[in-house]
Amino acid sequence: MKYLMLIHQGDTPTPRDPEAWATLSEDEQQAVYADYQAINQTPGVTPGLGLDDPSTATTVRVEDGRTLTTDGPFVAVKEALGGYLVFEADDLDAAIQLAARIPAARLGGAVEVRPVVEY
Amino acid sequence: MTPLDDVFRDEWGRVLAALIGFLGDLDLAEEAAQDAFAVAAERWPREGAPDHPRAWLVTTARNRAIDRLRRDRTLAAKTRLLEVPEAVEDDLDETVIRDERLELLFTCCHPALALDAQVALTLRTLGGLSTEEIARAFLVPEETMKKRLVRAKHKIKAAGIPFRVPPAHLLPDRLAAVLAVVYLIFNEGYGGRGELAGEAIRLGRALVELMPDEPEAHALLALMLINDARRDARFVDGTVVLLRDQDRSLWDVEQIEEGRALLDRAIALGGRGPYELQAAIAALHSDEPQDWPQLAALYGELARVTGSPVVELNQAAAVAEAGDVEGALALVEGLELEQYHYLHATRAELLRRLDRVDEARAAYGRALELVHSDAERRFLELRLAELPD
Repeated sequence: MKYLMLIHQGDTPTPRDPEAWATLSEDEQQAVYADYQAINQTPGVTPGLGLDDPSTATTVRVEDGRTLTTDGPFVAVKEALGGYLVFEADDLDAAIQLAARIPAARLGGAVEVRPVVEY
Repeated sequence: MTPLDDVFRDEWGRVLAALIGFLGDLDLAEEAAQDAFAVAAERWPREGAPDHPRAWLVTTARNRAIDRLRRDRTLAAKTRLLEVPEAVEDDLDETVIRDERLELLFTCCHPALALDAQVALTLRTLGGLSTEEIARAFLVPEETMKKRLVRAKHKIKAAGIPFRVPPAHLLPDRLAAVLAVVYLIFNEGYGGRGELAGEAIRLGRALVELMPDEPEAHALLALMLINDARRDARFVDGTVVLLRDQDRSLWDVEQIEEGRALLDRAIALGGRGPYELQAAIAALHSDEPQDWPQLAALYGELARVTGSPVVELNQAAAVAEAGDVEGALALVEGLELEQYHYLHATRAELLRRLDRVDEARAAYGRALELVHSDAERRFLELRLAELPD
């Protein structure tokens, strides 16, 4: 089975916010980098592309043929997608296990695991 | 119940689990099992039951499923069926059919499913209850329950929830989820709907059979048996009767003894989990006279294990029975359970014993504002009326 892991940063400190990032100790910061690297090298993982901060998002809708653009993500900034990856695994248990290793999951964010429909 | 219903109840979970193991698809397995049971209902009364009813049911269901799949080749391509040889009727006996109920139980109680769906699925697949029966037991419309089951089954398939006993590193958490579902079913039944309590005990027995070395499985069954043994004494004319006022001749002594033996086994197996503590507490409550200091200590340990203020409330009640009413009141008043009617009922009772009548009256009043069950309400009204002016 193929799963898309949607990484929601939530309150997770990231290097993009130096003030929040500084709340982590040096060791914790190193662990975050090391964990993401280890995950990206896990067999079955296809790393996602890096996303810029949700505050740089533009949301597009079309109503009556008119394109409407608004500043910011579709959901609240806090709930916005921070990153993603694809994981090919035997079953949901394996996917949950990988999701639990993603640093955002333990640092105030959450990972949504979505099976990919294959036709 | 007709004899056929008995067979149905005994065999449904096993037959369904074996079929899921074979077909790899819950819906298909359920349809096939229903087909086979329908054929049995039609044929057995006429021709007599086969020598090996379970093997007959599994084989018949398997053949039905194969027929169904032949009619739908696109579906067939998606199942494991193409890898297996055709099954023939009548040459299987029970011993070659693996018992896969445990796999099924862990699938149904997977934490990726909502708790109400876990409960409904467990009752449907292992208990063999119909959607209508489950809906009635949980007081929801049949259509709601049907949707809940369909959605849960779809998620199992679409999200890849595995059909297996979890590996060792996942087992403690997953077993806790299974035990919680069984105990939740029991407690739904304990509140008055007896058929659910009976169903939970059946599931508990299956669990002990399937996990003979697991202390908490034995402890949960012990706990349910001992509590259920007092059921006939718990209500008189629709009013709750407190343990100390219960007519002990109504207790099922044999069932309590069975519970105690299971508890001993759980202790011998070496665990000291929450169900063992609760079963030990239930067993001590069955003694006459009760050992209140020991009960207070066990409640204290259980409160530490579970972090539950409701358990601390019980601890307070035991402390009071052990003689320290002031100490019990201090414990109760430290709990954050403002919306819980038992807190106010317990506080009222303690205040009454300390002759603080006005405060007791106010506390009974608060408990009555919060209580939902009519049986509990009548009990509280009686206690309030007994207060001296």
